[in-house]
Amino acid sequence: MSLHTRSLAELAAGLRAKEFSAVELTRHFLARIEQANAGLNAFVTVTAERALADAARADAARAAGRAGPLSGVPLAHKDIFCTDGIKTSCGSRMLDNFVAPYDATVVERLAAAGTVLLGKTNMDEFAMGSSNETSYYGPVRNPWDPATVPGGSSGGSAAAVAARLVPVATGTDTGGSIRQPAALVGISGIKPTYGRVSRYGMIAFASSLDQGGVLAPSAEDCALLLGAMAGFDPRDSTSVDVPVPDYAAGLATSLKGVKLGVLKEFFSAGLDAATGARVEAAIAQLRALGADVVEVSCPNLPLSVPTYYVVAPAECSSNLSRFDGVRFGHRCQGPKDLLDLYKRSRGEGFGAEVKRRIMTGTYVLSAGYYDAYYLKAQKVRSLINADFRRAFAEVDLLVGPTSPTPAFAIGAKVDDPITMYLNDIYTIGANLAGLPAMSVPCGFVGNLPVGLQLIGPHFGEARVLAAAHAYQCETDFHRRLPAGFA
Amino acid sequence: MSLSRRDVEGIAHLARLEITEGELPVYVDSLSKILSFVEQLNAVDTQAVEPMAHPLEGETQRLRPDAVTETDQHAKFQGNAPLVAQALYVVPKVIE
Repeated sequence: MSLHTRSLAELAAGLRAKEFSAVELTRHFLARIEQANAGLNAFVTVTAERALADAARADAARAAGRAGPLSGVPLAHKDIFCTDGIKTSCGSRMLDNFVAPYDATVVERLAAAGTVLLGKTNMDEFAMGSSNETSYYGPVRNPWDPATVPGGSSGGSAAAVAARLVPVATGTDTGGSIRQPAALVGISGIKPTYGRVSRYGMIAFASSLDQGGVLAPSAEDCALLLGAMAGFDPRDSTSVDVPVPDYAAGLATSLKGVKLGVLKEFFSAGLDAATGARVEAAIAQLRALGADVVEVSCPNLPLSVPTYYVVAPAECSSNLSRFDGVRFGHRCQGPKDLLDLYKRSRGEGFGAEVKRRIMTGTYVLSAGYYDAYYLKAQKVRSLINADFRRAFAEVDLLVGPTSPTPAFAIGAKVDDPITMYLNDIYTIGANLAGLPAMSVPCGFVGNLPVGLQLIGPHFGEARVLAAAHAYQCETDFHRRLPAGFA
Repeated sequence: MSLSRRDVEGIAHLARLEITEGELPVYVDSLSKILSFVEQLNAVDTQAVEPMAHPLEGETQRLRPDAVTETDQHAKFQGNAPLVAQALYVVPKVIE
């Protein structure tokens, strides 16, 4: 069995049994990156030297009897996580010259667990996009069909894992940026509860929505990595001090008697019929595994996209005001005064979609419009949250599609922001309410993968992961590899 | 909601973004469409609804003790700065 077709758990077991060394494993994946990255454009930076040093250290730790469960396991970080001494671009010209001076908490924790850093993955600029086409470094290609997008914004992480250039990668999810790309490339991806994973050192887009998580082939792999990332961090003031359960140990929980709510609003007109059929077949399988399936309604959920496109740009316009061309990032040539320095540095450093969102946010927060747009959206956000709260009083988990369609062609939606925004119609609700949610592969339409979404109550990651694992014990969609990457 | 070129120029100024002549009509069109799209929120009755600013109800922002936790690393941080002199960030003259 090739090294790259093994799951994270299998790789960790192989390392433990000294079947192969961390250095051998690292060389295997570096060779795959070398061979395939030019075609996929999944990595912005490959850290080969650092990876081999990390791997040698992991092997030494094992020889000395000090290896942890993830020692020697290779991974990649979305280029939104600060990595000390390594370029951290956030997919933007603005940060093309930025070498992070410190590690994000996520990076620090996973390094302390003995993992091996293979590189930093491509992404939509500042995580604003659903197709990975807004990156300064060019679009990422979907390994299932290079003419289609891998989804976004964590498209580089998604494509790299789908093509098995890396066994597992981190991502962030503000409106679906882990789950939608996971669905479009046929892998698993989890966005935990807001506050579960530290945002320290994770470049901010919309601070009340951003949450770090994992993209990996299986739910079991997600459980292993999330367990090492999650937990209270005093350096993030929105980090929540709630104990982290052993996600891996909880995977064996049966689906018998688990109450699943099928979200009525997720099966409306915008859903592609073939995609909907795969999702319905998956729900039927969950029922066959013992789950009790009922229909649930969250009537305000269709308002999540317009709510999000007020709240997220507002927070983005505030967060991105720090990029001023003074302390770090892009600076224009020959500024004539300070205002010119600000305007041209930002005008040149940001791409079209980022500028569009900064301006949307500036408008909805400006005097005279704040109440009509921003305050109104925050109130509708309360209504959406209340819908979820009522639903979780009746059921244990909510299920539905992750994305309304499979992957679409590169270039198909770039000129129409509203159509692009509607890709996230099923994912945004969980961000607005801060809920944990996951996508798992549940079939194909033609050659393109389809994702099933599972949404849990606050801090219900273990329940989400166990249900996904039970489904994956009976299906093999998560084990299938795109042609040319086997 | 339909924005004019003047509106968009005003927003771009507030956001400290230089927008080129070529970009301007694209933003006039797309920002107008986005604002029209989000206006469907106006149909919702929110009179008795509290705005939600934090996704976890009842959570408040934690305060930390007012103690020094960082060491001086200005040389490292200024390694990313576009222009530095004598450990200071250099910008165009602000006061005449």
